[in-house]
Amino acid sequence: MKIQISNGRVIDPANGIDRNADVFIADGVIVGVGKMPAGFEANGSLDATGCIVCPGLVDLSARLREPGYEYRATLESEMAAAAAGGVTSLACPPDTDPPLDEPGLVEMLKHRARLPEFAHVYPVGALTEKLAGVNLTEMAELAEAGCVAFGQANTAIVDTQVLLRAMQYAATFGFPVWMQAQDPFLAKLGVAHDGEVATRLGLGGIPVAAETIALATILQLARETGARIHLTRISSAVGLEMIVAARRSGISATCDVAVHHLHLSEHDIGYFDPHARLDPPLRSQSDREALRRGLADGSINAVCSDHTPVDDDAKQVPFDEAEPGATGLELLLPLTLKWASEIKLPLVHALARVTCDPARILGVEAGTLTVGAAADVCIFDPQAAYPVNRATLKSQGKNTPFLGLELQGRVRGTLIDGHLAYDGSWT
Amino acid sequence: MRNPQLNSQGKLQHLLTTEGLPRDIILAILDAAAPFAEVAEREVKKLPLLRGKSIFNLFFENSTRTRTTFEIAAKRLSADVINLNINTSSAAKGETLLDTIDNLSAMQADMFVVRHASSGAPYLIAGHLAATGREHIHVVNAGDGRHAHPTQGLLDMYTIRHYKRDFTALTVAIVGDVLHSRVARSQIHALATLGVAEIRVIAPRTLLPTDVERLGVHVFHNIDEGLQGVDVVMMLRLQNERMQGALLPSPQEYFKSYGLTPERLARAKPDAIVMHPGPMNRGVEIDSAVADGSHAVILPQVTFGIAVRMAVMSMLAGGS
Amino acid sequence: MSNTQRLANLPEAEALLASLVKTMLPHVGPDTALVGIHTGGVWLAERLHAALGLKLPLGSIDVSFHRDDYSSKGLHPGARASSIPFPVDAAQIVLVDDVLFTGRTIRAAMNELYDYGRPGRIDLAVLIDRGGRELPIGARFCAYTLPEPLPKSQELVLTRGSEPTPSILSLTLKDRHDA
Repeated sequence: MKIQISNGRVIDPANGIDRNADVFIADGVIVGVGKMPAGFEANGSLDATGCIVCPGLVDLSARLREPGYEYRATLESEMAAAAAGGVTSLACPPDTDPPLDEPGLVEMLKHRARLPEFAHVYPVGALTEKLAGVNLTEMAELAEAGCVAFGQANTAIVDTQVLLRAMQYAATFGFPVWMQAQDPFLAKLGVAHDGEVATRLGLGGIPVAAETIALATILQLARETGARIHLTRISSAVGLEMIVAARRSGISATCDVAVHHLHLSEHDIGYFDPHARLDPPLRSQSDREALRRGLADGSINAVCSDHTPVDDDAKQVPFDEAEPGATGLELLLPLTLKWASEIKLPLVHALARVTCDPARILGVEAGTLTVGAAADVCIFDPQAAYPVNRATLKSQGKNTPFLGLELQGRVRGTLIDGHLAYDGSWT
Repeated sequence: MRNPQLNSQGKLQHLLTTEGLPRDIILAILDAAAPFAEVAEREVKKLPLLRGKSIFNLFFENSTRTRTTFEIAAKRLSADVINLNINTSSAAKGETLLDTIDNLSAMQADMFVVRHASSGAPYLIAGHLAATGREHIHVVNAGDGRHAHPTQGLLDMYTIRHYKRDFTALTVAIVGDVLHSRVARSQIHALATLGVAEIRVIAPRTLLPTDVERLGVHVFHNIDEGLQGVDVVMMLRLQNERMQGALLPSPQEYFKSYGLTPERLARAKPDAIVMHPGPMNRGVEIDSAVADGSHAVILPQVTFGIAVRMAVMSMLAGGS
Repeated sequence: MSNTQRLANLPEAEALLASLVKTMLPHVGPDTALVGIHTGGVWLAERLHAALGLKLPLGSIDVSFHRDDYSSKGLHPGARASSIPFPVDAAQIVLVDDVLFTGRTIRAAMNELYDYGRPGRIDLAVLIDRGGRELPIGARFCAYTLPEPLPKSQELVLTRGSEPTPSILSLTLKDRHDA
């Protein structure tokens, strides 16, 4: 199968490319950008006039809800959402039911995800059994089964002795450790940022200190153990400053932010909108500004969807009883574009944060249109409106604070290994 | 985003909070309550306004006192009152809050009086009624989590106006556990809207929420300083489970530092009034000599509370 | 028939008041209690109370809480407290209103009175009967009955004078806004 994507504007951040060019694909691999390889004869073509052709998006956190939460979402529904969102590679956190703490579970997931129209799945294995923070998992076995990193999803390891050992053990094999920094005691009973809005609405607060104290612990142990740390879903300005300072002092730490946190703040809770119940919580406007800047200047390495489909029953309850999380796979691209246009960041830099940069954190070859790379491609119309509603969302989770709004940027086509996984119609 | 308690004409559709409640609506409620207060003096304490209307008292959290005052208010307006105490154990059996609402709506409810442990629960109900085309059903928030207790806030305003007439010259001190208090939040918003000269909150740091100053209050940690020259002292109840632990060391120490004694009250204006939403913890937040003293208007608050609730219910349920 | 003609035929309120006093005088005694209905009825009752030399304190009633249009129009915004400063049980009460129309206000006022006790007798005194009754209610004392009922689109309004003669009453004819 030879495909020619013609007349598009190619943006490939990994190679610093932003120019009008055709892309040539043969047997699932990029074989040329701009220049047609000798002897190339397309037997399929996609007209990308008016569209941007970029690498398929790499999402550092998408919950597929399998195994265990199939009533919320299935692999089929969420993979359709990924393809519709232009996402071709994704990491899934280990908080399934049971958690991804046994090689069999990981193998099963990888096996189920093997269909050609499905995005590449990179499981993050559980760092401790049942995510309970007591016993280490068989990391070497899990890595063999396909885990690319180890983490605790949104749970903490309360016992710092265990945390130290887990990081030492992971470092032994060079496995990256992904941690969400939130002190469970300071976050106890909290459902919103501990600030003006929580005070006004009478909601339990999660102070910024919950993030910074956990961060301090993790960063100091990273210094001790030399473990490769990736901090997931940074939420505060002070937290980000700590990570930047830690890097300056030689600690190897990367971090990401959830795309919602680039656009929303505690004020978006409005009148107790359960869709704005997120983990970590939406923080103050100044925190949001710091995250937006940090992602632009590279102090934050990547932005992810933090895709968390939640069924209506778990959201149609009072705010403090609502399950945290928002659906995001289909919003990652339009919300990244919105951020880029608002801060006037050239697309070639902005798209790096959802393509080659997260791929580097995952340690996989993805997120680029380099000749020889897998033909994971996203073709989108940056001008087309994308109305966010229950009908347009392919994900089984319709839970997003952006429901009812219209965003800009619509995926027209997604290729995974050269296979057209999503056809968003070119009209 | 429109405040869901007002309809598109800006009229009161539900009573969910005193925050953002326009001044003229607050005053209209207080004005309407005055003649209802007089009804309590009559031989027949009953008016036909809500005859044929069904009011459901939905108490997801126990409160005999508040439920009783709503029940009396509704009965004096000739409404049919149905009391439902839905404790958490039966909620845990499976029926969701909105299922309950749908079921009761099918029984032709006209009004839900809702008490819930979660902040914002009445908003969820109001939003659900709007989304399902049942705007004719009204919601009165009878206390949600730490968020709001608007009828308590309004009856407190009625009480203050009864004794002090003009709000604009007043200095009001709110003393106690502001952090967990929906009453305090409703008082602060109503006082601010009515234009009092100064609102003070007096409490140890552990009982004040983050950025409480943003609500427009002055913070005092020393009760003697905080009570200096005030016209109104609004005491808050300290819940038993918070008297010992990480918030406070002991009820004795709390009383020593923050209990309202006659000596401390002497720092307020000579004609200051002392209020308390009840039930009181004598010897913890308030000395009996103050609770039973000449400055206390705690029992009139209860009486006025019925009139204010009658006013709210009849303002909501009338008109088509 | 034009408004001006009707106005021309309309008697002076003060003259009607004098005639009402004359009609009532033989029928009142030391145990007669007057209760005016807000607002015009209260002004009228104040004048009658003085002119008739009654001993029992004057009462006033606001019928807002008993109005039968609550479910369509909502709570009347200017509701005031009723004041019945004498024991209602077995009392000889004369309800006083300015204009008798459908009879609904009088019905509401009687309901309200019953909330205070069981009156011995209730009579009704009005300045003017404009016709248009919708309930079986009639005034025992009425100073003037319009020869034919006033159209629903119009209303008779009692007003009170300003300084230096604040208690002087007068009647005017207006178009009804809520008709």
